[in-house]
Amino acid sequence: MASSCRRPEHTAPPDVFYNEEEAKKYSQNSRMIEIQTQMSERAVELLNLPEGQPSFLLDVGCGSGLSGDYLSEEGHYWVGVDISTAMLDVALKREVEGDLLVGDMGQGMPFRPGTFDGCISISALQWLCNADKRSHSPPKRLYTFFSTLYGSLSRGARAVFQLYPENSEQLELITTQAMKAGFSGGMVVDYPNSSKAKKFFLCLFAGVSGVLPKGLGTETSDKAVPNQVQYSGQRCRFKNMKGKSVKKGRDWILEKKERRRRQGREVRADTKYTGRKRRPHF
Amino acid sequence: MKLLTHNMLTSHVKGVTKGYPLLIKATEVKVNEVEFNPQFVSRMIPKLEWSALVQAADQVGQCQDLPAELVPDYEKNEEFLKIVHRILLEVEVIEGCLQCPESGREFPISRGIPNMLLNEDEA
Repeated sequence: MASSCRRPEHTAPPDVFYNEEEAKKYSQNSRMIEIQTQMSERAVELLNLPEGQPSFLLDVGCGSGLSGDYLSEEGHYWVGVDISTAMLDVALKREVEGDLLVGDMGQGMPFRPGTFDGCISISALQWLCNADKRSHSPPKRLYTFFSTLYGSLSRGARAVFQLYPENSEQLELITTQAMKAGFSGGMVVDYPNSSKAKKFFLCLFAGVSGVLPKGLGTETSDKAVPNQVQYSGQRCRFKNMKGKSVKKGRDWILEKKERRRRQGREVRADTKYTGRKRRPHF
Repeated sequence: MKLLTHNMLTSHVKGVTKGYPLLIKATEVKVNEVEFNPQFVSRMIPKLEWSALVQAADQVGQCQDLPAELVPDYEKNEEFLKIVHRILLEVEVIEGCLQCPESGREFPISRGIPNMLLNEDEA
């Protein structure tokens, strides 16, 4: 994914990339704000915190505090860590409620054992996979981060990371280091059939292992029993049997709508009017 | 930086084993009003290191009527919870620095944000 445009972590280290100009986008660009808020909402949902109880959370890579705003809205208290001072300046200007720290994920989280009830991180983890200095070793930095994070979480807490993995090797690197540090859990992929709405969440459990939640938009694809042909009472039409249906035909439209539904987009319901021709009126 | 965060912060300089509690050398301290949430405060009390909190409150000069020992049955004692709430969430260190008790390394605090970045040889 995202091979057409340059990935920000290839251009410069995070403390350089998120300069004042870049940071300004996070307080002004409404689309960026909307996406960040949506992802935070989903991340908090995946955290599965006990309802009606204020929790103490850690936000790694909090940036301008957009994700923190959502946490405060939900009645939680949080501490944010970020390496970019320009982004933290924006957070100060926006008067976020959480406490802020300048820190590098790869140097470990400087907290006492059992401090937090959960941890979220929006689009930050992939920055750890790059070596920006000669002394940096991504696997080592990932391990330091995960092991200190594991220590600072209370037992049974969860950590949810939204990330944009570059390739499968990178994902493997991240998950192996997390498992090595003692976490259990795995990836949750929302809308796996869409290239745009697809979102990766790494869900980690500290201490007890839980059941990994399902990704959104996967309901239709895993309805069928694996290794078995689905039985249906319907007779198969001939034209359906050989590949794609005729373009602009009713079947073609239905197929396209189904595909878009799997991608998580808004699609009108199928009715008897779907794919009907508009006859000329007298 | 709130004192709640300070109570959780440790020094992570290479070679330091405990690095807790960090000494506060404050030059500017502010008291911001924050909404009182008794449920959250009583949930956080068991997680706190009480002696470190008393010490920190003393260092920023906000030690008024904070008892040196934890009061039993604090969940129902609203007056006590209010005092703890004030110390934990309302008192903020704006300028100054934090010092690691073991290595003596200082972490500067500017505009309320402590800088916990380490140099390459310390990580």
